[in-house]
Amino acid sequence: MTISISNKEEIQIIREQDVVPLRNRVKDYAVKAGMSILNQTKVITATSELVRNLLKYGGGGKVVIEAVNNGRENGIRITFIDKGPGIADISLAMKDGYSTGKSLGLGLPGTKRLVNEFAIESEPGKGTTVAITKWKNG
Amino acid sequence: MDRIPILKMGDFLLVTIQVDLYDQLAENLETDLINSVKKHSSKGVLIDISAVSIIDSFMGRILGNIAIMSKIMDAQTVVVGMQPAVAITLVELGLPLNGVISALNVEKGMDLLRAKMYNSETAEQDDDIDLE
Amino acid sequence: MANQSITILKTKKKEVLKLWTSTLSSVGAADGLTEENESEEVVALLIEALNDKSIADPNAQEFEKINDLLIGISISRGKRGFSPRENANYILSLKESILKVLSTEIKDASALYESNTQLSSILDNMAILTFESYMKGREDVIMRQTDEISEISTPVIRVWDGIVALPIIGTLDSSRTQIVMENLLQQIVETESSIAILDISGVPAVDSLVAQHLIKTVSATRLMGAECIISGIRPEIAQTVVHLGIDLTGIITKASLASALQTAFDMLRLTVVKRKVTV
Repeated sequence: MTISISNKEEIQIIREQDVVPLRNRVKDYAVKAGMSILNQTKVITATSELVRNLLKYGGGGKVVIEAVNNGRENGIRITFIDKGPGIADISLAMKDGYSTGKSLGLGLPGTKRLVNEFAIESEPGKGTTVAITKWKNG
Repeated sequence: MDRIPILKMGDFLLVTIQVDLYDQLAENLETDLINSVKKHSSKGVLIDISAVSIIDSFMGRILGNIAIMSKIMDAQTVVVGMQPAVAITLVELGLPLNGVISALNVEKGMDLLRAKMYNSETAEQDDDIDLE
Repeated sequence: MANQSITILKTKKKEVLKLWTSTLSSVGAADGLTEENESEEVVALLIEALNDKSIADPNAQEFEKINDLLIGISISRGKRGFSPRENANYILSLKESILKVLSTEIKDASALYESNTQLSSILDNMAILTFESYMKGREDVIMRQTDEISEISTPVIRVWDGIVALPIIGTLDSSRTQIVMENLLQQIVETESSIAILDISGVPAVDSLVAQHLIKTVSATRLMGAECIISGIRPEIAQTVVHLGIDLTGIITKASLASALQTAFDMLRLTVVKRKVTV
């Protein structure tokens, strides 16, 4: 599947006050992609979760928002990049504690359920990168 | 410093959240609410979230905290007006929101609070713990 | 040598068109007046696109115009219900006509072979293109119908003041669940209902995934301040649920819509009383 990018922007996340403006930018992209209110809510909530992780565990970082298209429909791709301590055991962090309501505190399994594509890379001491994609009808 | 206004309505307190809660604001709300419950000996707290379009785990924790704190002070918390998209997203996210009771709107929320008050008054000899 | 076929086609344009049109009628791929004008344009654009360079390269940029036209024609035919064979025959009969004309004009065997190969490659490529876009046209129809089915198969019925019922008919997959949830919750808000009855007697199979979808729907309804009753539990479903170890505690279940309604009335402290007949 070839993905084409029609718009892109990068936002620095340093303080908690940067969260709401980021959510609003994501909403703009979501509305432009033609997403339903439900899908908008899902992707903005996912963004909120991941950017709070960025601040809390990553020590701040940057977020890249891209308007994408996979040949069939529009979507958004959001990438969260930090140079923090990283996650030692990703599989543990992604473990689905859905039934017990518990997770490693990063809320990753739940966030993954809100989006269509979820990719995470992390190296202890180097930082973490999380990329999510939500399609218009996803 | 911004603070969210709390309205006294008889035995109950009404809080309407219309802005995005950030750390300091949320903390202030918790403090203000618990102080108000004490001051007015309130039996119930209604939190109107009909204007809230995004509830993430941070916000969910705040609501849970308020519910537990109020319960300790003998007040029941009811969250009213949750938007459908928010409800569906919360379920997908897996946020249990334990201890939080919901109602469709303020009116129904107050009916619910009154019913609970009536039940707890008539059940004063009952030693059962309310499992809600 | 290549020039030869191009020149021939340029001069024999009318013959090609005539041959093609008659072939189309005989294989049943004709489409009336629209098609006649379209065919003329197709032949014109094709011949226009042929030059020394493009004749050897089916992917040459020169073919962009005719490709666009063919895509449009195929999508339209796909949407209008032409069969795959009819659609394929459209281009294939053009190929046949072109090759026929060339074979009557080119006498040298090897030159004819070369021309045949070149034009076959070009027209085969176009045939694939028409097939792809024909498929897309059909897919669009299917998607539209799927949306329509989703809409009509999840009606929310207001059975009483404060009570809504949602009979679910058909399989419940994750995308359908989303639609059901959205619909139901929206109706609960609009009707200010406090009880929703989900009737699943029309759901053929309930496995752990479907059960999870139902549980999610109940949770979402509760978050909004309404209660959910699931009715229409068939004996087989009850068995499956137990055997699969699905935990439905905390969810109110009833065998029939009628008993669910009775329960709903009880929850709302409503009583149905038979009127006394006065003599």
